[in-house]
Amino acid sequence: MTEHIVLRHRDIERIDQLEVYLENGGFRAFESIVRKKSPEQVIDIVKKSGLRGRGGAGFPTGVKWSFLTPDVYPRYVVANADESEPGTFKDREIMERNPFQFLEGVAICAYAAQAEVAYIYCRAEFWDLTLELDRKIEQLKEGGLLGKKLFGSDFSLEMYTHLGAGAYICGEETALLESLEGKLGQPRLRPPFPAAEGLYGKPTVVNNVETLTNLPLIIDRGVDWYRKIGTEKSTGTKVFSVSGNIELPGNYELPLGTTFRELIFEHAGGIPNGHAIKAILPAGASAPILPASDEVLDTKMDYESVPEVGSSLGSASIIVIDETVDIAWVESKITDFFEHESCGKCTPCRDGTYWMKHIFERIMDDTAQAHEIDLLHTVGIGIQGKCLCALGDFAALAVTTAVERFRPDFDLHVQGKSSKAA
Amino acid sequence: MLAENYTQEIEAILAKYPSDQKRSAVMPLLFLAQREYGTLTNEAITEVGELIGLQTTEVASLVGFYSLYHDRPGGKYRIQVCTDLPCALKGAQAFADELCEKLDIEMGETTPDGQVTIEQVMCLAACDRAPLFQLQGPNGFRYHEDQSIGSAMALIESLRVRGQVDRAHRLTAS
Repeated sequence: MTEHIVLRHRDIERIDQLEVYLENGGFRAFESIVRKKSPEQVIDIVKKSGLRGRGGAGFPTGVKWSFLTPDVYPRYVVANADESEPGTFKDREIMERNPFQFLEGVAICAYAAQAEVAYIYCRAEFWDLTLELDRKIEQLKEGGLLGKKLFGSDFSLEMYTHLGAGAYICGEETALLESLEGKLGQPRLRPPFPAAEGLYGKPTVVNNVETLTNLPLIIDRGVDWYRKIGTEKSTGTKVFSVSGNIELPGNYELPLGTTFRELIFEHAGGIPNGHAIKAILPAGASAPILPASDEVLDTKMDYESVPEVGSSLGSASIIVIDETVDIAWVESKITDFFEHESCGKCTPCRDGTYWMKHIFERIMDDTAQAHEIDLLHTVGIGIQGKCLCALGDFAALAVTTAVERFRPDFDLHVQGKSSKAA
Repeated sequence: MLAENYTQEIEAILAKYPSDQKRSAVMPLLFLAQREYGTLTNEAITEVGELIGLQTTEVASLVGFYSLYHDRPGGKYRIQVCTDLPCALKGAQAFADELCEKLDIEMGETTPDGQVTIEQVMCLAACDRAPLFQLQGPNGFRYHEDQSIGSAMALIESLRVRGQVDRAHRLTAS
């Protein structure tokens, strides 16, 4: 692939400056839809493009928009910029380096949803970035690209940033809405979905930063162009964040359907120090762990193929683990994360992650009894499918699959000997 | 008082949300209070609540829930090291341990001069640039990526110097 769709700053210097963005066709898509297309036509284009949510769920974006309750206003659009999944660092690069394309994406989504206010929910750690987005939004207002009655139409749009305050759970869309309303960031019972009752009880679209940043080029260049990239069911590119035991960690924007092998060995330089690859976490901490077999390495990274080998693509944060690493330790780190980040609303997740953490403490101390590995697995199974949001499932899945797929690494601890204390 | 010292900032925050949804302003107002007072004491929490018509308990529950609000005193600056899995695979735990050793404090403690607290935090979304930490100060957060013990200690030294200069200014002023 020679051209970037989302990470366009890698092809076009200073695209973070408004004049450069405009010189390269910026806001042409937004202006053209406001002038010439109905919201329904825009939703139809996005449906036909096959764009799917890049935050993790992979749900078709245009379909999500079409669920908005008809004739209920005001409506809201919220950009989910609460990027906090271990191993994911793509949205920050997009917003820092290609901010106007992201903001134009928000504007296009707002027009399609007929929302006149859009919020960008950024994690507070992105403090400087958020201040910079505020300045960029001001520039757009001064340039007549945001504000009242845009391009002579009846459509008006205001955009505001909103800072979180350190809670992974606020990346979950209903918890994010609670947080934006000034409440504890805890997920809501669904239905109703945000498209029916979202922010302040009004129809709301919540989309991830990368999803939104795809929109300007889809509108500008058309569905046929977009569908040529990627696979039949997973169209377009994906920004893959690669971290862990890897020579060249970083973001790589490649067509969906690229294999793990190509990403890890051709683009990201392979495994350092001559070590062999042992395992892959394809969706950060939030998916089953995969042994790096030839079958897995030759699997296409798209929303259909990764589940076929027993995991999921999620936000495509690829954590690479080499042969020197003890998988029991990997899972103890993941469990520490989820135990800390469980919001406490659902008992299976709140207590289950706490129990798993304590079992892991004994495993890592080599003081656990052999049956406690099975107990760990049982606790994980007990969490799955029993919580309001996916955090509980995520916390359990990585652990239960690790026990199933990397049992020898756990057994070494209960025999009083660890393969490697990391 | 926040209402007097930050009139414009408070107005700008409230203007972002519908007039009947003032509660949405609570989180930015808490950051404002933290900037002013350093620590979110009960008095500070009550003051934020009064600005938007919330009970002290309701605001306090938010302070407890979100990890970047601090209701207990710490250093003027907080060095928050990410030691999650991707960072740990790149040596972040060893980095954090060594930094504590150099400063002669335990994780979570503050240097005796009250300038710097070291904390361990969850993923900062910069996994390709580990070891890294964010610096939380009165005016927000800043990332410090691709760190070594040398670069981190140099930063801490500069913060301490700045702290001494601030203190000298205050003494001269009073």
